[in-house]
Amino acid sequence: MSELTSNLMGRLTWDAIPFNEPILLWTFVAVALGGVTILGAITYFRGWGVLWREWITSIDHKKIGIMYIILGLVMLLRGFSDALMLRAQQVLSFGNSVGFLPPHHYDQIFTAHGVIMIFFVAMPLVTGLMNFVVPLQIGARDVAFPFLNNFSFWMTAFGAGLVMMSLFVGEFARTGWLAYPPLSGIAFSPDVGVDYYIWSLQIAGVGTLLSGINLIATIVKMRAPGMTLMKMPVFTWTALCTNILIVAAFPVLTAVLALLSLDRYAGTNFFTNELGGNAMMYVNLIWIWGHPEVYILILPAFGVFSEVVSTFCGKRLFGYASMVYATVVITILSYLVWLHHFFTMGSGSSVNAFFGITTMIISIPTGAKIFNWLFTMYRGRIRFEVPMLWTIGFMITFVIGGMTGVLLAVPPADFALHNSLFLVAHFHNVIIGGVLFGMMAGINYWFPKAFGYKLDPFWGKCSFWLWLSGFWFAFMPLYVLGLMGVTRRLSHFDDPSLRIWFEIAAFGAGLIALGILSLIIQLVVSYRKRESLRDTTGDPWDGRTLEWSTSSPPPAYNFAFTPVVYDNDTWADMKKRGYVRPERGFIPIHMPKNTGAGFVIAALSALGGFALIWHMWLVACVAVATMLIAVIVHTFNYKRDFHIPAGEVVRVEGIRTRMLASHV
Amino acid sequence: MSISKLVRAVSVLPAFLLAGCNMVLLHPSGFVAAQQGHLIVVSTVLMLLIVVPVIALTVIFAWRYRQSNTAATYAPDWDHSTQLELVIWAAPLLIIIALGALTWISSHTLDPYRPLRHVEASHTAPVAVKPLTIEVVALDWKWLFIYPEQGIAVVNEVAAPVDVPVNFKITASSVMNSFFVPALAGQIYAMPGMQTQLNAVINKPGDYEGFSANYSGAGFSGMHFKFRGMSPSDFHQWVQSAKTARRELNSESYMQLEKPSEREPVRRYSLVDTGLYDAILSQCVTPCPN
Amino acid sequence: MSETTFPIHESFVAPASRAEEAVSPRAAATAEAAPQFYLTHEHHPENGTLFGFWLYLMSDCLVFACLFAVYAVLGHNYAGGPTGAELFELPLVAANTSLLLLSSITYGFAMLEMQRDRLRMTLFWLAVTGLLGAGFIGIELHEFAHLVHEGAGPQRSAFLSSFFTLVGTHGLHVTFGIVWLVTLMVQSAKHGLIPENRRRLMCLSMFWHFLDVVWIGVFTFVYLMGVLP
Repeated sequence: MSELTSNLMGRLTWDAIPFNEPILLWTFVAVALGGVTILGAITYFRGWGVLWREWITSIDHKKIGIMYIILGLVMLLRGFSDALMLRAQQVLSFGNSVGFLPPHHYDQIFTAHGVIMIFFVAMPLVTGLMNFVVPLQIGARDVAFPFLNNFSFWMTAFGAGLVMMSLFVGEFARTGWLAYPPLSGIAFSPDVGVDYYIWSLQIAGVGTLLSGINLIATIVKMRAPGMTLMKMPVFTWTALCTNILIVAAFPVLTAVLALLSLDRYAGTNFFTNELGGNAMMYVNLIWIWGHPEVYILILPAFGVFSEVVSTFCGKRLFGYASMVYATVVITILSYLVWLHHFFTMGSGSSVNAFFGITTMIISIPTGAKIFNWLFTMYRGRIRFEVPMLWTIGFMITFVIGGMTGVLLAVPPADFALHNSLFLVAHFHNVIIGGVLFGMMAGINYWFPKAFGYKLDPFWGKCSFWLWLSGFWFAFMPLYVLGLMGVTRRLSHFDDPSLRIWFEIAAFGAGLIALGILSLIIQLVVSYRKRESLRDTTGDPWDGRTLEWSTSSPPPAYNFAFTPVVYDNDTWADMKKRGYVRPERGFIPIHMPKNTGAGFVIAALSALGGFALIWHMWLVACVAVATMLIAVIVHTFNYKRDFHIPAGEVVRVEGIRTRMLASHV
Repeated sequence: MSISKLVRAVSVLPAFLLAGCNMVLLHPSGFVAAQQGHLIVVSTVLMLLIVVPVIALTVIFAWRYRQSNTAATYAPDWDHSTQLELVIWAAPLLIIIALGALTWISSHTLDPYRPLRHVEASHTAPVAVKPLTIEVVALDWKWLFIYPEQGIAVVNEVAAPVDVPVNFKITASSVMNSFFVPALAGQIYAMPGMQTQLNAVINKPGDYEGFSANYSGAGFSGMHFKFRGMSPSDFHQWVQSAKTARRELNSESYMQLEKPSEREPVRRYSLVDTGLYDAILSQCVTPCPN
Repeated sequence: MSETTFPIHESFVAPASRAEEAVSPRAAATAEAAPQFYLTHEHHPENGTLFGFWLYLMSDCLVFACLFAVYAVLGHNYAGGPTGAELFELPLVAANTSLLLLSSITYGFAMLEMQRDRLRMTLFWLAVTGLLGAGFIGIELHEFAHLVHEGAGPQRSAFLSSFFTLVGTHGLHVTFGIVWLVTLMVQSAKHGLIPENRRRLMCLSMFWHFLDVVWIGVFTFVYLMGVLP
């Protein structure tokens, strides 16, 4: 009987719940209260049916894109709370004071902060934008594999859910966001933390990989007639390159995490200290994934900036061909630089120098892109809408981060700066200044398309200025600290002369907190004022690409008739050459059906992951088996599509006709 | 709007100036670290040649071509200029070629494995002194320094005579760490079952901070040690004080030391077992199964 | 600035729509001035299933590439334990390999029958393929069990960890392939060789041959090179 219990419950006991840790306990209470409120509200407004039919089971790329972005923004709150706690600890913990976070917690927090920000904030935001925008930009009705798209989203969401569970049931890894062995091996991290890390990333990773395949197939196969590759919008180009990077990089992550889990579960010796293991192999493999990963994050942001600059300067993007070539070169080169993350591992001077030089070479196409944006601004008519502000903020901030990156690419310089707060400042510089600013620009830019009304510009500008100033105050001191020889991931300091810099950094974090608060206020205020911010034409910014030819929000089918493309900046071209929107002759439209299979299979995989974490072998077997059966059963469903009747299209297009007529 | 951006960018400068005296990477006490610091400055200046104009142009263009400034030319269809593209690609390329050459050369001259040819910038004569060998073991969560030639070992303190090149041989007992004394030289990973090397020299007497620069677990924050540069006579005295310590370092006392502990005080040992470091390196301090 | 000529896209010169031609009144009048900016009939983008599956296969290839790389780096770390030369039984491996390579040929026959629209023969050759695959797996499991029994399991050394993982991952893929094959046999029997099933059979075909290619790599780099002195 007890063997059944141990097979059932594994190593999960009541001790796993942190009753004796006040911060976690109160967080749990708050989350539980908030959760109950939301669930209660949904029930009260009889929303479950709508939620299931319209959102959870939706295969519509627009809805999936929106859900990804919601996931990313919600996880931003969690990841940023971690950041606030880290900053607070580093201000308080000097000399005899130990702050409020013992290493046991502090070490989980910095690990969770990195994992969440990269995998569950940046990736979902990027994927969400690409999902929403790309089919609209290429004149398609949806992505190539709509069911897979839904499944990918739920895999990512459940991966995030597993990480969140680690707060309240058990604990998270204490290894840093990349979990180097031997520290992450079973000998030095025998508890559940690293297992939470492994399974949440494996599950989310499957979702991302499938998403990559999906978007490549979409862009290659589903472009509207006339849209050759060199007539695609730049955002679509960056999306294509990003997804190629995803398909080429994520399998490596899958493989290396699988090997780590074999070491932990099956006693193999890939990365152990004994019996022939080699931890350096892990470091190489994880960074062969890790470097392309950061380009996966930044390329879509570059795409956003290209669209935004061109639109808000009222000009064609300068040097389109050169932008495309630069993107492709960056994509290829990103595979040739991974060793710069561990110059200090002792690879030898020629190897180090080679990788240092390849790293520097990437700055050439990147610089070309910045110049091209600059010369798009030149002789333009610049409108300082919120997306454009984020773009200008990016151009000034990101170049500093790029510069410090090239500096770190010089191996002997890196010997002094590796793993220091200078490094931390560098990557936050490029990720916040590049990726986050790009996502904020993209969200503000495409929000009206998604929801039918603009975001309130006042609170948008507040958010921007607070983020921009907050970033500079939070991270410039870290460059100084790095030059003062301070290393990262410390929870306690003895030198009081460092304190002022941490105080400035904490102040910056506070400004960013206000920036996030402004974003939330912006969302609320915009919703309440939505009629006054209404986008009636579908083209609130005088846009240049095809998505702006649809209504805001677009109908489920995106385009009543598939567009025919003649030139870059397709919509601008259409407007210039007397495009008139058709009002008659609509035909039935072939669309894919919603399905709950993705949600169910993803939920089963999360259950399996949880069971594996807690060594609940029986539950794990059942979950995996059920998942397999669910997949097979799903393949027996051949009726996955339907036609929207012509009458319905007439009705929807009629609404738009009236709305366009009402626009003065 | 652009003015305040400029102000913001400029206001960070005084901070740099104020902290100038404290930035050990730019004012180190070891020749290797000094060369690395110099490299940091030179690389930064090279890149500022591009970065400063870019930031300035961003601000200038944003201001000049704002929508309300109808005096500025508006050329909505101007999207290509071969000459400009050539400059855009060529200028960064030239900087990178310069940096690349600097990288190739400095990566080789500042290779941590390379024995030092000079101990100071002003000394043009090659090194005549035999390097001092120090064996380093990163433990959980303290540092063990073994001096095989002097027959001593010390926990959390290491000393070297000024202007004498030091050859560090570095390993770890359990997880990856990184041996780093910013004032002395760059860092290098300390890995179990593997040996890395660092060649460095201290040019000024003093006590310098040393620590692990790779997170290694719960005791990581306390894993610092003192690196002491001394005159040759002071160094001799220091060695003697360890030699006369009543503690001995052998496999048993090492196995005790190896147990996880944090913030260990400085302890000196007279070393008994000369093969101890090699045993630690091959992870066979207690007899190995095979 | 790019100057483009405006060819009228051939697919809407003679629209084959089921409804009236979709022409906005004003566009009709100015047909000379404004080119046709949209298709008036239903547009079916190219089916992306085979391409998408091929992309997945390339990602899978990368997983195997990582496992090969790990084997290359760790493959000589015997930790004082047995080496490949001591463990590998080449006759068994030869039998194994023949079964798998033969199964690729029989899958090819299945596809030929599918082209000829002969459901029964397609199912026959699929069944043969599945049996040969099962035989491959059976021999492999026997080999693994034997190695574990001799104390040369995956925990013994890094060499054995990488051996078991590389070969085992391949075997796991073949197993999934067999499950997929059986499923497809049921689905083809049930619905016939409809376009959907043909696409699926093509995907499985790519998968099966891909596993064959990986096995050739395993066979060469692990077994043949492993027994060299």
